[in-house]
Amino acid sequence: MDLWFSEMHTPDVKLSLRVDKQLYSQKSDYQSIDVLETPEFGRVLVLDGNIMLTERDEFIYDEMITHVPMAVHPKIENVLVFGIGDGGVVKELTRYDQIQSIDLVEMDEMVAEACRQYLPENASKLDDKRVHINYGNALKYIRKFENKYDLIIVDSNDPFGPSEGLFTKEFYGNCYKALKEDGIMVNQQGSPFYQEDAVAMQRSHKRIASTFPICRVYQAHIPTYAAGYWLFGFASKKYHPVDDVDSKRWASLNLKTRYYTSRLHVGAFYLPAFLEEMLEEVE
Amino acid sequence: MPGFELDQSNAPIYEALETFRNMRVVPFDVPGHKRGRGNPELTRFLGQQCVGIDVNSMKPLDNLCHPISVIHEAEDLAADAFGAEHAFLMVGGTTSAVQSMVLAVCKQGDEIILPRNVHRSVINALVLCGAIPVYVNPDVDKRIGISLGMQREKVRKAIEEHPNAVAVFVNNPTYYGVCSDLRAIVDMAHEAGMLCLADEAHGTHFYFGENLPVSAMAAGADMSSVSMHKSGGSLTQSSFLLAGPNVNEGYIRQIINLTQTTSASYLLMSSLDISRRNLALRGKRIFEQVCEMANYAREEINQIGGYYAFGKELINGDSVFDFDPTKLSVHTLDLGLAGIEVYDILRDDYDIQIEFGDLGNILAYLSIGDRVQDLERLVSALAEIRRLFKKDPTGMLSQEYIEPDVVLSPQNAFYSKKVSLPLEQTLGRVCAEFVMCYPPGIPVLAPGEKVTDEILQYIGYAKEKGCSMTGPTDPHINNLNVVI
Repeated sequence: MDLWFSEMHTPDVKLSLRVDKQLYSQKSDYQSIDVLETPEFGRVLVLDGNIMLTERDEFIYDEMITHVPMAVHPKIENVLVFGIGDGGVVKELTRYDQIQSIDLVEMDEMVAEACRQYLPENASKLDDKRVHINYGNALKYIRKFENKYDLIIVDSNDPFGPSEGLFTKEFYGNCYKALKEDGIMVNQQGSPFYQEDAVAMQRSHKRIASTFPICRVYQAHIPTYAAGYWLFGFASKKYHPVDDVDSKRWASLNLKTRYYTSRLHVGAFYLPAFLEEMLEEVE
Repeated sequence: MPGFELDQSNAPIYEALETFRNMRVVPFDVPGHKRGRGNPELTRFLGQQCVGIDVNSMKPLDNLCHPISVIHEAEDLAADAFGAEHAFLMVGGTTSAVQSMVLAVCKQGDEIILPRNVHRSVINALVLCGAIPVYVNPDVDKRIGISLGMQREKVRKAIEEHPNAVAVFVNNPTYYGVCSDLRAIVDMAHEAGMLCLADEAHGTHFYFGENLPVSAMAAGADMSSVSMHKSGGSLTQSSFLLAGPNVNEGYIRQIINLTQTTSASYLLMSSLDISRRNLALRGKRIFEQVCEMANYAREEINQIGGYYAFGKELINGDSVFDFDPTKLSVHTLDLGLAGIEVYDILRDDYDIQIEFGDLGNILAYLSIGDRVQDLERLVSALAEIRRLFKKDPTGMLSQEYIEPDVVLSPQNAFYSKKVSLPLEQTLGRVCAEFVMCYPPGIPVLAPGEKVTDEILQYIGYAKEKGCSMTGPTDPHINNLNVVI
């Protein structure tokens, strides 16, 4: 049988993966959740028809969204993560002994359950005693806090579905308030390549730039995301992502990585001309 | 189905349109776009489904001017659903329902008792028919600066002083959700031989939800205008006029036909039919959810600090006899921000559009289509606005009710000889036109009222704060027409 899953990156472009088996398919209150077994990318988590992560390439995302801020801010102890996924981001964070607490906020408990069952590799780290999981609305959670976190990681779905609230000015503003005076927020910022994605990316960049004094964008290559080209936002009250990176300190931690390196850290902030232009347009 | 005599799962207009669509009738009648073929750009924009049922009145689809088949059945079903003697489908907005209601009971020179905080459509009707308004000043909540309902004693006094008045007009509820003691007012009116008319533009859900204020028909009122398109989910401009047993159905139809289009839109009428069915079948649960959402949002907003999202605690047994819990109104003045400023910031900075903001309050309209995650955005945005924009509140004006000084009837003033004068030169003159912030569309000045210092100050302040002022012939409201 010739079974393929396709994700439409635009109405005219799609990415297709051959599928061995559909392991899980449910509808939660928020979205449809599917887990597929594929020959090339291993197991794949799909939300509302969009690939969220695959076993094969998620390390790129998980490493880039965690090690970049961790190498910049010298004393990150309290971390807040929006979006649980399969626990990959938390796994990277738990490698740092300096971190004392990781609060996790996930809107959809069914995603967490599906991942625990079908993508269990990273899930064990969710049981780390520093990790506290809260199920509920992100905006509701964040607006209660002030001056609490050193780092906030926004590991969201795309901005057109139930994660819409995580791309809003009110969300970024409340994150700013919840961060300490030297805090950092890192978010997945989508792709700059296709028109609709690019507009959404610009909109969220504009909102972050109007909220934080330091706001930079960095990039990574993630094969299963739109155009294979992904951006992260680095928003900060004090530390500059390149000028303040402490590579020696990070190297002394002896963390083995597969994508992130100290040299790549700096390079990831060097952006192509068209993207620089798009960002400047809204800054 | 409990409480209904007819089978509310029927939707005769909708069903007739579906049948009609399947018959693939060749159109040699209007509208000229011929199921959209003649206007492909419009069809692309609105969709074939939509333009395909934009058709003319014809035998299988009935005629709103003289309903005898499917529209008649839809009106009977609506009357049953709303507990009315008769229901009229309206396609000119609730404005047309309010005007028909007033025109049906008032003639030239008749008196009608009404609160001054009515929608402009009511006073427009008085301009048309020449009736004389007898205003009952609404009670005012000083803290939040909003007009409340009418006190029973004031209505009683107005009835005693104007025994020949033909009707008492009541907002049920006001824009802010405040209800007068409608049952008592209906009884007082009927005892004096007057009719009772209700503006329920903001009260559709009273007919279907539980633990909500009493609806006009249940309270025994004689006519009511119900904005199905507001909380009921039908298309903009579609509405119901409800009538009780004391008024003549045929005469009301004649009055409606004086000003109503003879080409009523089937998009609007089918939306009324489908929405009525939905509310009759599922309204109880729907409005229970809306109330829960509004109550939740009120609690969350009141926790932010500085804002006051008011609710049932306003109830005082008289001028706030009951409160509509679906209305999410928030007092903003304590943060040093006018409601209109918060309204503008929400739209410009946060992409959140709310119903209106006036000098002291904002109103978010919650209804059938809302989601909790969107409320979380609203609450969070309000928290941010507090953090970023909070100011010293001294010197902020609130929306004090300004008692009108009525010199001429609205019709006399509107049609009299007039002169356009710069605003500052109009002090003491009799205004010949309306001035209002829209929304909410409650006139600051109506034709026939004296221009006072207080009113001029109010207009200046509202313009400065960015209220969208409408009414006068001068769009910038620098000049005002006054009676010569």
